[in-house]
Amino acid sequence: MSEITKQSLSELVESIKSKKLSSSEVTKAFVERSEKSKELNAYITEDYANALNKAKKFDEKPNLDLKLPGIPMAVKDLFCTRDLRTTAGSKILNNFVPTYESTVTQNIWNEGAILMGKLNCDEFAMGSSNETSFFGNVQNPIDKNLVPGGSSGGSSSAVAAQLTPITIGTDTGGSIRQPASFTGTVGLKPTYGSCSRYGIVAFASSLDQAGPMAQNVKDCALLQEVISTYDEKDSTSIDFKRNDYSKELTKDIKGKKIGIPKEYRVDGMPKEIEDLWKKGIEYAKDCGAEIIDISLPHTNYALPTYYIVAPAEASSNLARYDGVKYGFRAEGENLIDMYEKTRSEGFGAEVQRRIMIGTYVLSSGYYDAYYLKAQKVRKLIKNDFDDAYEKVDAILTPSTPSSAFKIGEKTNDPVSMYLNDIFTVPVNLAGLPGISIPAGHDAKGYPLGLQIIGKAFDEQNILNIAYAMEEKINFKNNITDWWIK
Amino acid sequence: MSKNKSEYLINRHDNQYEVVVGLEVHAQVTSESKLFSTSATKFGAEPNTQVSLVDAAFPGMLPVINEYCVKQAIKTGIGLKAKINKRSVFDRKNYFYADLPQGYQISQFKDPIVGEGKVILDMPDGQKEVGIERLHLEQDAGKSIHDLDPKNTFVDLNRSGVALMEIVSKPDLRSPDEVNAYIKKLRSIMRYLGTCDGNMQEGSLRADVNVSVRKKGSKDFGTRCEIKNVNSIKFMQMAIEYEANRQVDLIEDGQTIDQETRLFDTKKNETRSMRSKEDAHDYRYFPDPDLLPLEVSDDFIEKLKSEIPELPDEKKKRFIEKFKLSPYEANILVSDIETSNYFENVIKKSDVKLATNWIIGELFAALNEKNLEITESPISAGNLSKLINLIKDGTISGKIAKTVFEQMMEGDKDPKKIVEEKGLKQESDPKALEALIDKVIDDNRDKATEYKSGKVKLFGFFVGQVMKVSGGKANPQLVNEILKKKL
Repeated sequence: MSEITKQSLSELVESIKSKKLSSSEVTKAFVERSEKSKELNAYITEDYANALNKAKKFDEKPNLDLKLPGIPMAVKDLFCTRDLRTTAGSKILNNFVPTYESTVTQNIWNEGAILMGKLNCDEFAMGSSNETSFFGNVQNPIDKNLVPGGSSGGSSSAVAAQLTPITIGTDTGGSIRQPASFTGTVGLKPTYGSCSRYGIVAFASSLDQAGPMAQNVKDCALLQEVISTYDEKDSTSIDFKRNDYSKELTKDIKGKKIGIPKEYRVDGMPKEIEDLWKKGIEYAKDCGAEIIDISLPHTNYALPTYYIVAPAEASSNLARYDGVKYGFRAEGENLIDMYEKTRSEGFGAEVQRRIMIGTYVLSSGYYDAYYLKAQKVRKLIKNDFDDAYEKVDAILTPSTPSSAFKIGEKTNDPVSMYLNDIFTVPVNLAGLPGISIPAGHDAKGYPLGLQIIGKAFDEQNILNIAYAMEEKINFKNNITDWWIK
Repeated sequence: MSKNKSEYLINRHDNQYEVVVGLEVHAQVTSESKLFSTSATKFGAEPNTQVSLVDAAFPGMLPVINEYCVKQAIKTGIGLKAKINKRSVFDRKNYFYADLPQGYQISQFKDPIVGEGKVILDMPDGQKEVGIERLHLEQDAGKSIHDLDPKNTFVDLNRSGVALMEIVSKPDLRSPDEVNAYIKKLRSIMRYLGTCDGNMQEGSLRADVNVSVRKKGSKDFGTRCEIKNVNSIKFMQMAIEYEANRQVDLIEDGQTIDQETRLFDTKKNETRSMRSKEDAHDYRYFPDPDLLPLEVSDDFIEKLKSEIPELPDEKKKRFIEKFKLSPYEANILVSDIETSNYFENVIKKSDVKLATNWIIGELFAALNEKNLEITESPISAGNLSKLINLIKDGTISGKIAKTVFEQMMEGDKDPKKIVEEKGLKQESDPKALEALIDKVIDDNRDKATEYKSGKVKLFGFFVGQVMKVSGGKANPQLVNEILKKKL
């Protein structure tokens, strides 16, 4: 590992600002490491030459007042990037090159960062292991043949392996927090409406939210500060007072009330997860927080609710990929035949499964029993959190019910795969912010994460709690660079 | 509702059938830009030149509601005396078609922006109220062009995303004539409001027509068929007539009517089955998660109410009360905002009665002959008003006025100038007229004698002769008076 890529974002920013390092030196270091790390398959599209050029240009006239001055970074391939192929991990968008930029990535470039490439992900962000990507599995740098989580698996792998100092993912049911947990990194899913969805390939519009992924909480806070803006181009974007998250970051969480929801002690939860949670509670207490037992009674229904709402929206959102306007088209005898062939060949199995589920639950005769009921339950789940936040400032849970699993281990068992999201989906359904921080290892030495869930728009608070606990936990990721020959 | 003599009934054997019609009118909102994007909406632009990334449904593109279109829909609702819903919801109507880029149309299903209202029709035997069920906003689709190439279909997305108002009537219409009156009234109201130009040739106004029949006196509705996308009033009337008769024939034949969607073939003048109820699309409506529910405040609605101009019904009332017009005259003059504006401009400076007669009579006939709209009239309101004043003050006779009018139709000339140039001024000098009359009596001594001996019918002959000799310029009233004395 070169010294440069070992540095955190905050350190790199400092190094560039103090002119210890140039953007070119930093970019070159990450590009070189990325090139040596092809076996991880973290990238779908590399844009190294352009990145090095941009770094050179930055160095010629450096603007050191920016928040991400000349910082190279790769982003999840769900964000549309002008003139650079955007695939959403799907064959159907294999050759799609947007003429426009997503608001979130534009915010990042506006602060001086430089795009290195597009990171692998589950197809249309549908998956928990990055195994549904048309562009192949991604290796978890923790161990060979271990999934990096999903859907932001390329992102988590790239951050953990230090191919990029930071990145952004999207989280519809846990797609930032679960991969962060699987790779020993930090991932924040912001409040729904905090980050604009404009230019992000949609999966489930009422749940999708972009968020930062980083090596530590401070970097996460800085990136959140950059990407979270009110955007008129997204009607669900919310105009609220956003903090300077990194500047206002504090480890003083004395007296903060942290809730422990009893319903998250699910049946069959491995003991090591239970132990991790207990340890987390102790850390929080050590930081001066007050622990309070709470109840979120409808937690059990979150997963089935999610697997109705998300596919319903997806089935409609993905209707535009029909071979008519852009992307992959299979030849057909007539319009219907062309649709059928294009969508059968263009979409992978998991995406097709969800389109079918979604179409089914919206069909007349089933709408009330599934979609409408799911919306009602969703409201109850949100009410649970509202009630809990009468008593507490934040909620602490495990991020996932297990550590990372082997590639192929769950591909034939979708339900077991879906169960991975059991602790993360309620947060999306309620539109709340949640952060996953690495908190320990299981018996195999694989990282495990804890999740801190906040009130809506209260990112600062959960970042602070995470920041304080991070110090107590003092987690060290065990990355051996096994993939570098 | 008045019981009328002109009831539209279909007779078969000993049975009389009543026709029941409800309309779903699709009216294009007058707006510079589309419902959820900033693309232009101009008619007749080169294909695919008014298409944004949102209209073409590119990945990650999101709809943002155009506030102006919302205002237009609310104004239309106010014009239809309808309930304005302060909270409405946009839903997705899902189906696949090449000219529907998103794979769904954004529409309003359960919670439309406008609720129940009404439209008053002026029928020959009295007024009729037609209920409005709802008005909702939705996106138009693009256009598929199948006849440019034997193998391929071309798609033009200029119309994709253009704002439409779907105005759904209650099944209150009972004849093709009422449908005609309803569409015209709806069009008139929207043109007054400036919310839809009502141009049927350009597709700004089209309708799905729901038709059913039932035996006269029955309270229950028959099974209806929906005739899709009819784009002229004439075709609507033809389609209703054909469809109603088809249904009556089926019933008389002991068969049942299938609820289905039909198409009207304008060339063959018949409706044909498009798809049955069983084959009906399952549109899988659900609230569009990209858009929040649309909420408008009382203040917002009140402000729009204050911007509503005088509408045809109110204008008609005013014309009758203030100008003493007959209901018939008032109806004609208010039917179109442009006509009523023209009328009000003419009467600013001239006699109402004469203006009414000249506009409804001469002007309409002349425009009709030249196939012109009132807005294209060669005679400006100002010049027509001058012409009327020339008649009123006796400068020219009504007959001469017609000659002047004809010349004005050739180009908007000042009638005073025409009268001067052509020497058409009316002769009202009694002395000059007397001389003229003396000469006519002299030239027709024999007839004068006959008149005096009692053949009074000959008076008309003398008037005619005088007018002829004067070249039509003699003041007819004075001619009468003088002739009576002289004979």
